[in-house]
Amino acid sequence: MAKTVTARGALDRGGLTDEQLVEMLSNMLLQRQLDNRGFQLNRQGKIPFALGSEGHEGLQAGAAMAFARGSDILVPYYRDLGLVLGVGLTPLDLLNNMFAREADLSGGRQFPNHYTARDRGVLSISSIIAAHCTHAAGVAYALTYNGEKGRAVLCTTGEGSTSQGEWHEAINFSAIHKLPIVFLVENNGWAISTPQSMQMAIVDVADKATGYGLPGMICDGTDPIATYRTMKIAMERARSGGGPTLVEAKCYRFLSHSTDDDDRTYRDRETLAAQRADDPLPKFERVLLEAGIIDDPGLTALKADVLKQTNDATDAAEALPYPSVDDMTAHVYAGAFEPWLE
Amino acid sequence: MAAERAQQHLAEDLWSDASSEGRPHEVGGAQPGAERLSNLDAVRLALHEAMVADERVLIVGEDVGARGNVFLITRGFLEEFGAKRVVDMPLAEASIIGIAVGMAMQGLRPIAEIQFADFIYPAFNQIVGEAAKTRYRSNGDYSCPLVIRTPYGGGIHGALSHSVSIEALFYHVPGLKIVAPSTPRDIKGLLTAAIEDPDPVLFLEHKKTYRSVKGEVPEGHFTIPIGKADVKRTGTQATVVSYGYNLHQALDAAAQLETEGISIEVIDLRSIRPMDKTAILTSVRKTRKLLIIHEDNKFGGIGAEISAMVSEEAFFDLDAPIRRLCGPDVPAMGYAQPLEEAFMISTERMRAAMRELAQF
Repeated sequence: MAKTVTARGALDRGGLTDEQLVEMLSNMLLQRQLDNRGFQLNRQGKIPFALGSEGHEGLQAGAAMAFARGSDILVPYYRDLGLVLGVGLTPLDLLNNMFAREADLSGGRQFPNHYTARDRGVLSISSIIAAHCTHAAGVAYALTYNGEKGRAVLCTTGEGSTSQGEWHEAINFSAIHKLPIVFLVENNGWAISTPQSMQMAIVDVADKATGYGLPGMICDGTDPIATYRTMKIAMERARSGGGPTLVEAKCYRFLSHSTDDDDRTYRDRETLAAQRADDPLPKFERVLLEAGIIDDPGLTALKADVLKQTNDATDAAEALPYPSVDDMTAHVYAGAFEPWLE
Repeated sequence: MAAERAQQHLAEDLWSDASSEGRPHEVGGAQPGAERLSNLDAVRLALHEAMVADERVLIVGEDVGARGNVFLITRGFLEEFGAKRVVDMPLAEASIIGIAVGMAMQGLRPIAEIQFADFIYPAFNQIVGEAAKTRYRSNGDYSCPLVIRTPYGGGIHGALSHSVSIEALFYHVPGLKIVAPSTPRDIKGLLTAAIEDPDPVLFLEHKKTYRSVKGEVPEGHFTIPIGKADVKRTGTQATVVSYGYNLHQALDAAAQLETEGISIEVIDLRSIRPMDKTAILTSVRKTRKLLIIHEDNKFGGIGAEISAMVSEEAFFDLDAPIRRLCGPDVPAMGYAQPLEEAFMISTERMRAAMRELAQF
């Protein structure tokens, strides 16, 4: 008992309550379960494609905790399963997306992990790298334009995106206009098979902020509390009129880029195995166990609950129908889709 | 600095109507005493009225603020509407459109300007891959009410990178609307319609008509439906479909042929996507002959689609093969005057093509 109290006192919890810390762990466990479910369903031949975020769980749980639901706007990229869960999408939303069901938020049109949820502040994205960054800057401009103080935009990318011109253009414009936006780079060191060393000549992506006149911050992306602390500063700066921030959260990508990729062709197994020491999930489990914020039975129950949520969502989504082909021509325009007007 | 100065020179050239066939065009019949606007004035008027009418409307582009756009279309807008609504963008076309897409998704009504159509290529993904697909990929969750205005076309000594026609590169794209009106009234009505449209519209303004074409514009708010062509001249022996600067030459040519007893109907396409099938077929079924004229190069151009449609729908109504008179299939218009003139279609060539078809 005394030991627990000491540990609790030692935990730098970033101002988060026990409930919030457990919520972050729950989010991370759910991320991994859903991630693995996507790969399982693909290997079972039930879905054509899946993308994994394994290794990003900590930073996404932390960033989601710094996001104000109902107010902030998320412009994610395709490796943000945990982040979208953390801002209000449900396991069923994600499974409907994986199974390409009619009930999917994009009506079965988009690839897995390409979300849209206006009602929860999530912008629609494509797969074109960094094309969404300029959209995010435009959304942030619109918030300022409309005098909507206290709202911020969170735009995420991988480190590969920082090679794209539009990433730079978005950051430059945001800095010029001091926009309420945070650019979060989830640096996992790999863009499919291309390592960071072939993507840029610098170690820290955050250094790129200097040339644009905005602050660059770095955090340990395997640590949800550290990421939360950093993101809280950045998001509050944005909300309070302090302008944009570039945050680099360093993490690792444990899975192949997607189910269509095979990382054995470019990544040696020893390095990958060594990186497991930094796996955010067991690390954070240990932190909360040692701090006495959760105990073993509690953790077991949490894992069982996450598995049940995933199974229930899988069964529910699998039972749902595909979109009707009659809907194929809907939403091309507000009006008729035909190019010839009769 | 030097480049900017050069561009301003170019803009000022346009003010002077310097061109190989620079005769000003009066459209809609001159009424003594009535105020006549140029195409450029009509763009400015539509923009101004939209800015006054709707707080959500804003203009983003290169040099649209203090300079008032390189053609001086938005001159005075910065002072009247402020820097928040008249935004001088960093010199990066992809993000001019990308940022405008984000603004539109968040409920604003941005009018993005690409300074010259030739500069639009860096923004290709934002237009084709993003703006045109926003509504579709989000299953109607988001829309992209965005207008992209850009001056296009040659005949103004613009050389390779200030003369291009871009419509064929974009008209293949579902989700995008494209309009290319050619008279002040049509510009005013269609630009207003584009700004009020809930979907992305690429609005093409032929540079050579900015100052050289003048006509009457009704007062007050009005729109012209996107997708509707307009019969600018009625005739019986052949149908000409055109738009842009070519339209005015085609009207000149048809008027000249009237003195030879040849009767040509001229349709102003106005909208390129969607396109007015009824207007084209109605006319072709009457005249039984079709000539399509556009400055953009021929291969895979707008004329190919019109020709295919008429072949499919009205083959047995035709009394002659469909003809196309288009720009040559070379990469661009040369700077030297003979090269430019050889690229542009002369009124004389139009007259010959019309005469030949009418007499087929």
